[in-house]
Amino acid sequence: MKKIEAIIKPFKLEEVKSALVEIGLEGMTVTEVKGFGRQKGHTEIYRGSEYTVDFLPKVKIDLVVSDDRLEKAVQAIVQGAKTGKIGDGKIFVLPVESSTRIRTEETGDKAL
Amino acid sequence: MKNWMLPLLLVTGLGLFSSPARSQTAAPIPASTAALEARVAGLEAYVKNSDPAGSKVTGVPGPGHNAWMMVSSALVLFMTLPGLALFYGGLVRTKNVLSVMAQCLGIAGLVTILWWALGYSLVFGKNFNCPFLGGSEYFFLRGVDFAPNTDYSYWVSQSVFCMYQLMFAIITPALIVGAIAERMQFKALMLFVSAWMFVVYFPLAHMVWGSTGFMNGVWNPQAFIPAVDFAGGTVVHMSSGWSALILCLILGKRIGFGTEPMPPHSLVLCMVGTGMLWVGWYGFNAGSALASDGIAANAFLTTTLAAAVASFTWAVAEYILKEKASVLGFCSGAVAGLVVITPACGFVDATGAVLIGICAGLVPFFAVIKLKSWFRYDDALDTFGVHAVGGTLGALLTGFFATEKANPNLTVASVAGKNGLADLVSSHKLWIAQIEAIFITLALSIVATVILGYTLKALIGLRPAPESERQGLDTTDHGEEGYVY
Repeated sequence: MKKIEAIIKPFKLEEVKSALVEIGLEGMTVTEVKGFGRQKGHTEIYRGSEYTVDFLPKVKIDLVVSDDRLEKAVQAIVQGAKTGKIGDGKIFVLPVESSTRIRTEETGDKAL
Repeated sequence: MKNWMLPLLLVTGLGLFSSPARSQTAAPIPASTAALEARVAGLEAYVKNSDPAGSKVTGVPGPGHNAWMMVSSALVLFMTLPGLALFYGGLVRTKNVLSVMAQCLGIAGLVTILWWALGYSLVFGKNFNCPFLGGSEYFFLRGVDFAPNTDYSYWVSQSVFCMYQLMFAIITPALIVGAIAERMQFKALMLFVSAWMFVVYFPLAHMVWGSTGFMNGVWNPQAFIPAVDFAGGTVVHMSSGWSALILCLILGKRIGFGTEPMPPHSLVLCMVGTGMLWVGWYGFNAGSALASDGIAANAFLTTTLAAAVASFTWAVAEYILKEKASVLGFCSGAVAGLVVITPACGFVDATGAVLIGICAGLVPFFAVIKLKSWFRYDDALDTFGVHAVGGTLGALLTGFFATEKANPNLTVASVAGKNGLADLVSSHKLWIAQIEAIFITLALSIVATVILGYTLKALIGLRPAPESERQGLDTTDHGEEGYVY
């Protein structure tokens, strides 16, 4: 089992979700975050005081997949989130020790 | 065909029934013509807002004027609660939004108590026979009831007049909040305001608006300086604005000022507050006529023109400078226009109002955008830039644009003719008296705030602890959070 953490541009969320659903994945968790990489921020001016806003709004998607679906899932996220412009985001993959479905107490891949 | 029959019948009927009276000799004239004349004169005085002496309507308020003044009082309170609370609240960071609101609420309650006990009398009494303070006859609002105080108005209940003026007394210190926002302890501010009211506001308001006032050109025939201030350019905006500057310098900058971003947390709230300020200002300006009359009508018009023109001018200036017209710019411009027209609104005409609006959109704009970056003072919400600079500008421009065509009191023989105001107005030298009044206001506000500010700083300290300031005053001073998600 692997956990995918993907940080994407917020307006790409629907496309990423559709791409993942299309390959058969049924769940994910989404958080609103702020961050920056190499994409620069923008300046705002309030009554003559200039602020450089470094932290840009992004969306973080967490999902856990079985090993055999990992590659397809990553490809789906890339396909849905890519714009080709700077700031598209990043995908990280982490190992997962176990998973449990709370309602039925199933464990392992069945619980994904 | 039937449409003309009914009117014809009515006219004929009227003719039939009225002609017998006209064909007789004239009815007997009432015996007490003089008494009737006096009564009619009293009612005419009500309509014209003049003295009803000798009639049967002395010592009672005029319903229309009283109604308008009660509405105006509510409008001016609305400017503070919630107008200013929202305007300033939206401009600070989330963690301090409630502190601004608490400061407005606290000042409202505190000043009301001071006004009831001593303030009203110190401003509008006269038994001290002093040009700098009024009197003691109205302490605890003794004798303040439904009857008009004819020193100030023939037709407005003194109780209503007292409440109207209270709202001015409330909003003036509330404006100072803008300069010290996010880094002054609540209790220090309440103590400062208490002292400031006695040392600055009550004397200044008496000097400008009291019947024995030092610089009340329109109403005190013995005024030393015949300056004019219709709704409070000196009393409200200059006093609060310049005091705010001094206090913010004594306080020092917010932690992180200049290095950390501190943008407004909600321009939505700020804009909503601006709308409330504009609407409420009609009570502030037009209500300062203390009657529902032609002068109030003119003030209503000039206020509207100045506010709208200033708002648009500020936006145009921003567009030229930055290629973006911001919401904050529109809001600041509108407020600046309202500030600058405040002393002038009852004395200038439409043209003057428009010219004042243009100046208001440019001079405070420059003050806010440039002065702060040049001198690096942390006037958090631009109280100095808008109210001090705007109020001073307005007081001066009043000297240039005031015209007796807009307000005959500027040249009336009974007062303006005696204290020199009429001469100044007709020789276009009113600006000289205005400059004198400006200077006195500046001196009083600055010196008093230096003394009060440093004294309080030494006695109890003004700022919260750095960790408290970091955490935000909402939790540390008030135990509350503005937004709970």
